Amino acid sequence: MDFSKPTIEYAQLWPMLVVFGVACLGVVVEAFVPRERRYLTQAALAVVGLAVALGGSVWVGTDLKELKGAGDAVARGKLAAEGTLAVDGPSVFIWALVLVFAIGGVLLFAERRLEAGVSAFAGQAAALPGTEAEREASTRGLDHTEVYPLLMFAVGGMMLFPTANDLLTMFVALEVLSLPLYLLCGLARRRRLLSQEAALKYFLLGAFSSGFFLYGVALIYGFAGSMQFADINEAVRNDTSNSALLLIGMGMLAVGLLFKVGAVPFQAWTPDVYQGAPTAVTAFMAACTKIAAFGALLRLFYVAFGADRWDWQPMLWIIAILTMLVGSVLAVVQTDMKRMLAYSSVAHTGFLLTGLLGVQAASALGKDEITSLQAVLFYLATYGPATVGTFAIVTLVRDAGGEAPAFSKWAGLGKRSPLAAGAFAFLLLSMAGIPLTGGFVGKWAVFAVALSAGAWPVVIAAIAASVISVFFYVRVILLMFFAEPDRDAGVESAAVTTPSLLTSATIAVCVAATLFLGVIPGPVLDLAGNAGSFIR
Amino acid sequence: MDSVTPFIVLSAILFTIGAVGVLTRRNAIVVFMCVELMLNASNLALVAFAKQHGNLDGQIAAFFVMVVAAAEVVVGLAIIMTIFRTRRSASVDDASLLKY
Repeated sequence: MDFSKPTIEYAQLWPMLVVFGVACLGVVVEAFVPRERRYLTQAALAVVGLAVALGGSVWVGTDLKELKGAGDAVARGKLAAEGTLAVDGPSVFIWALVLVFAIGGVLLFAERRLEAGVSAFAGQAAALPGTEAEREASTRGLDHTEVYPLLMFAVGGMMLFPTANDLLTMFVALEVLSLPLYLLCGLARRRRLLSQEAALKYFLLGAFSSGFFLYGVALIYGFAGSMQFADINEAVRNDTSNSALLLIGMGMLAVGLLFKVGAVPFQAWTPDVYQGAPTAVTAFMAACTKIAAFGALLRLFYVAFGADRWDWQPMLWIIAILTMLVGSVLAVVQTDMKRMLAYSSVAHTGFLLTGLLGVQAASALGKDEITSLQAVLFYLATYGPATVGTFAIVTLVRDAGGEAPAFSKWAGLGKRSPLAAGAFAFLLLSMAGIPLTGGFVGKWAVFAVALSAGAWPVVIAAIAASVISVFFYVRVILLMFFAEPDRDAGVESAAVTTPSLLTSATIAVCVAATLFLGVIPGPVLDLAGNAGSFIR
Repeated sequence: MDSVTPFIVLSAILFTIGAVGVLTRRNAIVVFMCVELMLNASNLALVAFAKQHGNLDGQIAAFFVMVVAAAEVVVGLAIIMTIFRTRRSASVDDASLLKY
C-alpha cells in the first residue's frame, strides 16, 4: 500500500491554527511564567491570538474563490486537508462570529474588579470548599489562569466543528470544544458546590450524547462506506437498500448535535449548567457553542443528508415546535435570572431550528428572498450579542454573597442603576423580537424562510412561543423599573457593582451591535448572503 | 460479507448495555464506565464496517476514538474526583442542588 504525503492548505486554515497554537502557548506560559505575571500574560495572549485569528478569518473570507458548476447556488471556498475540512463562506462567517464573542468572553473572564482584585474563578480548584486550603488560596489572592488556554482550546474546537467535512473530524471537533467547557463550568469562585454539580451533569450528559453521536458515525459509515459528506450524499442518492442503517444513524447523529444546541428533548442540562457555571463561562458558552453547533448541524443535514430531507424534516418540525414551546413555557415559571435566560436560550434554539427548515436552494427563491442558511447565520449574529450582553450584566448585579440572580433581588433595580437596567431591558427586548432591535430582524428572517418552504405549522408555533416569551421578558423589565423591593420579607436587594473597562466595554459593544443590527440590518444580511452556500 | 454481521450485532448489544447502564446506575464512576462501553461498542462497529467495505477509514477512526476516550477519562475523572472529595459521595442522585 502506498502512502502519499497529505497536503494541508495553510493559506486557508491558518486562523484556526493560530487559535490552537495560542492555546498550546498558554499551557507553556502556565508552566514557565511566574505566578504574579501570568494573569496579564495569559489574558493579553488570548485577546491578541483571537484578534489575529479574527483578522485572518476576514482575510481568508474575502479571498475565497467562487466555485462553478455543481448545483445552482453560488458557493465560495475550498476543500482543505485532503477533503476533511471545507473552508467556505458559511464556515468563515461562523469563525468570525465565534471569534468576536470569544473576545467578549475573554474580557469577561479577565474582569477582576467585581470580586475585589481576583477573577470569578476558583483560587485553587483542588482545594475543598470551606477548608483551610481554600481560605489560604483566597487570602493569597490566587487565580486559575488556566482558564484562558482552556477557552482557546474550546474556541479552536468551535472553529473546527462547522468546518469539518467528514464525520470523524466532526466527532473530534465536538470533543475538543466540549472537554474544556466541562472543566470551565466547574471552576466558579463562589457557590462551588453548584458549579461542581453543573460540571458533573454537563460532563455525564455530554459524554452520553457524544456516545450516541459516535455510534451514529459508525452506522452512517457502514451505510455509505465513507466518512466524507460528499460520498455520504452520493450514497443517500443512489442506495435505497439499507435505509434502516441510514435512518438510525441519522437519528443518532442528530441526538449528539441537538444535545449541544439544547433542543427538546435534550434540553435538560441547559438550565442547570447555565445556572451553576461561572457567569462569564455561561456567557461565552451560551453564545459560541450554539453558533458552532448550528454551523455543524446545517452542514451535516444540508450537505451529507440533503438528498434525504423528506426523512429528516418531519423529525425536525416536531423538535422545533416542542423546543420553542417547552423553552418559553418553562421560562415563565422561573425565579432565577440565569435559569430564565437558559430556558430562553432553549426557545431560541427552536427559532433557529425553524430557520433550518426553510428553502435551501437559491434557485427556488424569488428576487428578494434569502435561503435558510443565510437566515440562520443572521439569527446567530443577532443572538450572540444579546446573550453575551445579558449574562455580562448578570455578573454586575450583586449583594454581599456575590452575584444575586434571584428575581426578588432585582426588584427596583431600574431606579438605583438606570443605565445597567436600561441596557438589560434593551437586550431582553431584542431577545423578545421587538422592532428596532437585532432580534426582530433575525426572527423575521427565520420565519420568512420557513414560511416560503411551507412549514406554516412551525411558524404558527413560533409566533405563539414569541408571544409567550414577550410575557416573561417584559415581566423582568417591569420588575426592574416598576416594582419596589420587598423590605418586609427581609430580602436584601442587590446593587450594580461598577465593573472595570473590560466588562463595561463588552456590554457597550453588545448593546451597540444589537441596536445596529436592528436599525441597519442590511450590511450583515448582505454579508450572510455573500457567504453563499456550503461547498461539497 | 456475512461474516461481519455478528460483530455488528455484538456492538449493538454492547451499546445498549452501556446506554441502559448510564440511565439506571447511580454511581458516577459506573455511569462513566458505561459511557466508555458505548464508545467501545462504536469502535467495534467501525472496525467491522471497515472490514465489510474493505477500506481503512473505520480502522483509523477507531484509533482517533481511543485517543478521544482517553482525553475524556482525564477530564471526567477530574470532575468526579472533585465532587467526590467535596461531598464524600459519587452518587449522581446526591448532586441535586440545581433543579426546577
